Amino acid sequence: MLTLLGVVVVVVGFALRLNPLLVILAAGLTTGVAAGLDVVQIVSAIGKAFTTNRYMAVGWLVLPVIGVLERAGLKERAQELVKKIHAATAGRVLLAYFLLRQIASALGLTSLGGHAQMVRPLVAPMAEAAAERRAPDLPLASRLLVRAHAAAADNVALFFGEDIFVAIGSILLMKGFLAQSGYDIEPLGFAVWAIPTAVIACIVHGVRLVRLDRRLGGGA
Amino acid sequence: MIGVEHVYRLAGVLVAVVAFLDLRDRTHGKRWTTSLFWAAYALTLLFGTELPDFVNGLLVIVIVLVGGLGGMGRGSVQTSDDDARRASAARHRNLLFLPALLVPGLTLTATFVFRAVRVAGAPLVDPKNVSLIGLAGASVVALVVALVLLRQPPSAPAHEARRLMNLVGWAAVLPQMLAALGALFAAAGVGDRIAELLGRFVPLDHRVTVVCAYTLGMALFTIVMGNAFAAFPVMTAAVGLPLIVKRFGGDPAVMAAVGMLSGFCGTLMTPMAANFNIVPAALLELPDKNAVIRAQVPTALVVLGANTALMYFLAFR
Repeated sequence: MLTLLGVVVVVVGFALRLNPLLVILAAGLTTGVAAGLDVVQIVSAIGKAFTTNRYMAVGWLVLPVIGVLERAGLKERAQELVKKIHAATAGRVLLAYFLLRQIASALGLTSLGGHAQMVRPLVAPMAEAAAERRAPDLPLASRLLVRAHAAAADNVALFFGEDIFVAIGSILLMKGFLAQSGYDIEPLGFAVWAIPTAVIACIVHGVRLVRLDRRLGGGA
Repeated sequence: MIGVEHVYRLAGVLVAVVAFLDLRDRTHGKRWTTSLFWAAYALTLLFGTELPDFVNGLLVIVIVLVGGLGGMGRGSVQTSDDDARRASAARHRNLLFLPALLVPGLTLTATFVFRAVRVAGAPLVDPKNVSLIGLAGASVVALVVALVLLRQPPSAPAHEARRLMNLVGWAAVLPQMLAALGALFAAAGVGDRIAELLGRFVPLDHRVTVVCAYTLGMALFTIVMGNAFAAFPVMTAAVGLPLIVKRFGGDPAVMAAVGMLSGFCGTLMTPMAANFNIVPAALLELPDKNAVIRAQVPTALVVLGANTALMYFLAFR
């Protein structure tokens, strides 16, 4: 049971709101020691896993172009555009993005979106501008709430859309794992059972986005 | 062949430029430590493959100590002011959207085109990594288009990248750190221990309890590990296959599909899934790093409940 000490470190560290980097390093060292590794082995294991997961750094390559576009007024233009649409509210802007993102993900087009590419430069400013149009003296807390919901819409739509597409990583993982255990199932056999959850997630989150407008207040 | 290693090098160059600009900023109170953080990260990106694992591990420790002990600052930013942005927005109008939409558009096109392009019988682009390489290529092309179309100075990309990278700060390496921890957990057998505990304390002799143990277990385990892919093999081997499928005769396809989606509910609720939950909070300049999670929890809980019901009714139909 000593191996679980690392998990305890993570839970306690996050609960105490310590810096996550320090918590993770401490948890890694604890787990390694509990598993009977020496310091060199633990440091090597961390270094190896850190470098094998460098694919997560590729997303930073989009920041120069996003920054340049922001410098040239992309956010301001996106906000102007939304202010001209009278029916636009924060909830409706986010709902439209949510639906597009979920449908695109279900078709395997998971790259049409993302926090650095779409949410920061376009979706969040547009939703914020729509909220501001309805309530001109929008408090900061509401502004931050709209932004958080912009990121949430991207995540929820992606997670409960992508599993309908047959060639996505999670479907391949399921297929591979069950095949090892003697159950040979076609990718489509898994994908159809992701549809009920996708519909439910769409309804639940859609209702929440519509209600977000009521929470933000303001006139029509 | 263009492989993912080239993309890591490109990202390494970008981060090295950030380190250099931070070092040059004499008004920056934390310029030495901020620059050290980015320089160490750049080294792992540029030479991670060539360096011994132990050296990479030492670089990671430098990164963690500098980032974790408050060594990061934003410095003074070289960018346009509000008036200039509004004027530029009025001048360029919808042309501004073109480079932004080129990024996803070209990434998508590239994933199809790259698979087909072959030079002297060999694929030009590593077929296993077309979307990563496509994203990198699309970002570069969109940047050039933006610079030319919007007449931005050639120094702008470096300064803008520095502005945004410093906004993300230490959270930039968090996803990779968590992945590293996940690997250590897996090597130490943490998953098997958790499954063992679950089997000892949960009464697993009824369909309802078994289904609940599996869906809630997937979510909980994902909250701890930050990744449903890490939870799936463990929970499925411990509960899904032996109990839901073998003992109670449930449909394995439903069990796996709905089980994985229950794990995704956990992903929506955990700071351990940093690239989805913590990095966006930093990118959107939210003071509360858990604000995105807070916005997601109600949806995640309702969908998790729905998944449990779906599994109960669909797997034993």
